[in-house]
Amino acid sequence: MQISFSLNDEPVTVDVDPSTLLSDLIREQLSLTGTHVGCDTSQCGACVVHVNGDSVKSCTMLAVSADGGEVRTVEGLSKSDADLHPMQIAFRENHGLQCGFCTPGMLMSAIDLVKNNPDPNEAEIREWLEGNICRCTGYQNIVKSIIAGAAAMRAAS
Amino acid sequence: MRSFNYHKPDTLDAALALLSGNDEALPIAGGMTLLPTMKQRLAAPEDLVDLSGLPGLADVAMEGDILVIGAMTRHADVAASPLVKEKLPALANLASRIGDQQVRHRGTIGGSISNNDPAADYPAAVLALNAEIVTSKRTIAADDFFVAMFETALEPGELVTAIRFPLPEVAAYMKFANPASRYALAGVFVAKTTSAVRVAVTGAGPSVFRASDIEAALAESFDATALERISIDASELMSDIHADNEYRANLVMVMARRAVALAQQSG
Ligand SMILES: Cc1cc2nc3c(=O)[nH]c(=O)nc-3n(C[C@H](O)[C@H](O)[C@H](O)COP(=O)(O)OP(=O)(O)OC[C@H]3O[C@@H](n4cnc5c(N)ncnc54)[C@H](O)[C@@H]3O)c2cc1C
Ligand code: FES
Ligand code: FES
Repeated sequence: MQISFSLNDEPVTVDVDPSTLLSDLIREQLSLTGTHVGCDTSQCGACVVHVNGDSVKSCTMLAVSADGGEVRTVEGLSKSDADLHPMQIAFRENHGLQCGFCTPGMLMSAIDLVKNNPDPNEAEIREWLEGNICRCTGYQNIVKSIIAGAAAMRAAS
Repeated sequence: MRSFNYHKPDTLDAALALLSGNDEALPIAGGMTLLPTMKQRLAAPEDLVDLSGLPGLADVAMEGDILVIGAMTRHADVAASPLVKEKLPALANLASRIGDQQVRHRGTIGGSISNNDPAADYPAAVLALNAEIVTSKRTIAADDFFVAMFETALEPGELVTAIRFPLPEVAAYMKFANPASRYALAGVFVAKTTSAVRVAVTGAGPSVFRASDIEAALAESFDATALERISIDASELMSDIHADNEYRANLVMVMARRAVALAQQSG
């Protein structure tokens, strides 16, 4: 099947088998490997991307469901290393990652949180991260990063 | 996952035509249950009929005294709906605690009740609130809809289009969530109308059920203390790695008391 959608603000048209998952399309066919697949069973959140502005688990969505829509992956947050998104800077400065495997999903979830709730408190952040698992950090610094990232996003807007 | 033919009809009639007489066809809503099932090859439809292109299935509106929620309304939209928050806050609250935000951005109320997972949240609300399930061919009372584990009164090819919720005087839902999945280990929805009290339990049994002893006690006195001497028979409840049936029976009573207390606060 041929589908067309916007990927990180660029139009793409691709041929996919209907059973292709959005995560597989992004990683295997479009070679954007920032989106990680940690579990493939809808639990870990490493694969979170934005579809039409909402954070979703790309391992549990058919690529064909993105037809006509807008998809943003972690690669779409910044144009270059010198020009990181405020949330990425906050994660770097607050030691919000260790191995970094969960980080793309954490960033995409966190940015969606701030869109819905520009000044989240710690409890709201922990609640929102229910679907994002991190095996390294113990979450403390992720929460700290998101508080700082939200403040930076408020200041920038 | 086995491959399939993908269809995205733009009318209900076209969707029904694709499903009718085809045992190998399945509808897909949010896919948050169906896709994991297909990955495990527990389901392998030859034709998948995507309901997301059908018009008017994701509306939330009042029709007289009834709150009508379209089958394709996502959990996140029920949770955030100003109308649901105003008219039936217990339901908005329930929806806000299903799974995680990413699940709530895809999963739908129609998909949840059609699936009738024994630990799902919405079935408890639908049953306790005495809602009606509107399908492509009829209207089904909640008491007749949930038949058994993963089984409903829906016939093959029949689609849920909306759920009609009569508004209660007060209502509340309390669940003890499995800390990993957030599904209910036990969840209790309590609803009081001018004429009756209905209590539905999810997570504990093989399918959602009404707890008649709790209902009778609350009909006499709608207060958590009315439940102090009531217990629930554990023999028909589930035991699994997360909790045994005795523990679930106890949790049901704890959740019921908390739900009543919460309903009283909000009422
Ligand atoms: C990580 C995770 C955590 C979760 N936690 C919870 C939780 O805490 N509580 C909870 O209640 N649920 C939970 N769920 C399940 C979630 O709520 C699903 O969204 C829901 O069960 C199914 O809705 P869906 O729209 O995704 O349906 P789908 O997966 O698309 O479909 C489910 C089934 O219903 C059928 N179907 C779909 N729509 C219709 C319709 N309109 N008419 C007839 N048949 C239809 C499909 O053919 C399929 O058999 C969780 C899921 C995941 C992945
Ligand atoms: S890879 Fe999608 S949730 Fe884990
Ligand atoms: S930093 Fe390693 S999993 Fe989160």
